[in-house]
Amino acid sequence: MVEDRTWRAWLLTDTPSSRRHAKLAAAYKGWLSFRANSMAMVGLWILIFLVLIAFAAPLLAPHDPFAQNLANRLQPLGSINHILGTDSLGRDILSRLIFGSQITLYIVGLVALIAPITGLLVGTIAGYAGGWADQILMRITDIFLAFPRLVLALAFVAALGAGIENAVLAISLTAWPPYARIARAETLTIRSSDYISAIRLQGAGAFRIITKHIWPLCISSLIVRVTLDMAGIILAAAGLGFLGLGAQPPSPEWGAMISEGRRFILDHWWVATMPGMAIFTVSLAFNLLGDGLRDVLDPKDNEK
Amino acid sequence: MLGLMFVTFVIGRVMPIDPVLAIVGEQATKATYDAAYEQLGLDKPIIVQFALYVWDVIHGDFGKSLLTARPVAEDIKRVFPATLELATIGVFAGIVLGVPLGVVAAVKRGSWIDQIARVVALVGYSMPIFWLGLMGLLIFYGILGWVGGPGRVGIFYVDIVPSVTGMILVDSILDRNWTVFKDALSHIVLPASLLGYYSLAYISRMTRSFMLEQLSAEYITTARVKGMSESAVIWRHAFKNIRVQLITVIALSYANLLEGSVLTEIIFSWPGIGSYITTALLSADMSAVMGGTVVVGLIFILLNIFSDLLYKVFDPRAK
Repeated sequence: MVEDRTWRAWLLTDTPSSRRHAKLAAAYKGWLSFRANSMAMVGLWILIFLVLIAFAAPLLAPHDPFAQNLANRLQPLGSINHILGTDSLGRDILSRLIFGSQITLYIVGLVALIAPITGLLVGTIAGYAGGWADQILMRITDIFLAFPRLVLALAFVAALGAGIENAVLAISLTAWPPYARIARAETLTIRSSDYISAIRLQGAGAFRIITKHIWPLCISSLIVRVTLDMAGIILAAAGLGFLGLGAQPPSPEWGAMISEGRRFILDHWWVATMPGMAIFTVSLAFNLLGDGLRDVLDPKDNEK
Repeated sequence: MLGLMFVTFVIGRVMPIDPVLAIVGEQATKATYDAAYEQLGLDKPIIVQFALYVWDVIHGDFGKSLLTARPVAEDIKRVFPATLELATIGVFAGIVLGVPLGVVAAVKRGSWIDQIARVVALVGYSMPIFWLGLMGLLIFYGILGWVGGPGRVGIFYVDIVPSVTGMILVDSILDRNWTVFKDALSHIVLPASLLGYYSLAYISRMTRSFMLEQLSAEYITTARVKGMSESAVIWRHAFKNIRVQLITVIALSYANLLEGSVLTEIIFSWPGIGSYITTALLSADMSAVMGGTVVVGLIFILLNIFSDLLYKVFDPRAK
């Protein structure tokens, strides 16, 4: 306990002794105010839980998610051996949900990497270079923004062929333009500030200025935006899966599972209901987390 | 606009399906294949092909659908009113319920109404629309039997009223055929309230944040100090100032509904543009996909321009 209290005191100091100390102290204060937001904490716990499930899937799942047992098909909720019942091919729904969490995390993780990085690159280059490069890059961004997202993603998947990787690519392609806009706006305000001029006078090149001085400042607003977009990404991926354009059967992707259960919805409602609950829980968690993060990282508009 | 068409064009070109083979079939001779190839203009340079495509689209020619063997433009004209009907009712419900909810939530901040508005919005942002639709069908159609099932009208009423606008509710009123009207109404209630819920979530959330911003402004305090009644402060002062922002939000959510209708239409077997595009996609009907995408994109852009125009009308500063 003594150890703990001194750590706290060190972290909450008003007179940091070094740069790293100041950074850590700021992060800790942010964490404290984040922790005070109980809804955001709920979101965080759900997501931690999801990650654990995804990693421990082979240990947790009571059955093989692909093992078919036609004698045992469409078992209701609460059957012995199959708590959440079985689907039309007699596969255990609980096990499929557990393995499906891996796919969901995989999709969300990839999109959350590809889209913001693309947006960051395009936005900072456009904002920093200005002139015709800015014009062209922003026109391209506008074109992508002009499409309804799902329709564009549909068209892309059609062009690339159905599959998880292509769904990820299609969703990323439709998701990057807002990030480019944000990054550009930030770059424009940073670019003309005094400290950038100072570094330039010291002889720093464009590459160094962008990577070392502009990117770090864009990151926090991008992270907030990404977390808030995660729910949308999950819903889009599930939608593509539902339409049969995302993950292909027999993969236990949640959207595809709903689409499978849709055929029996009137008689065997749980087959489609359970994966829907899973999607809802995860995207709700991301929304709660995003709201909380916005309050911490973006104090300027915490009332939205 | 040109960019939009270019993207769709490129998508159409990189599609891994040979359009010629789709027309002439596997068994065709080399000569037939070449003839069809030339007829489609695929032998010309890609820039020329694009120019030709743009030329055709400007003249309202989207090519022919492989699936229905009819011109795509005609198909779209047929399916679009169904989507329009659905989305319009949806966004209307969203405005009627969402705006007051947002205003009240902002005025009575922290009250139970505010909490309800918050939950409504959160659920709306997190729920997969196709799943909610399925659950709606299961409960209200499957178990309770309160509403009509999938499709626009029951099977006995198909094509009974003459199609004037293509919107079946309007058509049945024009025809004074109340049986069909009632049936169509019971079919549209569920998908429309589904879409309505999603625009409600968005509109109420945005209304709330706009109102909060206004209510904390100094002129509101001044008005209150003057002794103005609370309702006058809220509606005549604060609300008047958020009208402009609201219009943009509503235009946006209308556009989003057109998009959200893709999944909704599939669930409810609603013969609108969303299910048209999806069916075309799954059967590799290239010109139908391109045509549908261009039309939806066009509406998107038009709605944006429209809201910009209204902006100028309502906000003198923007002139």
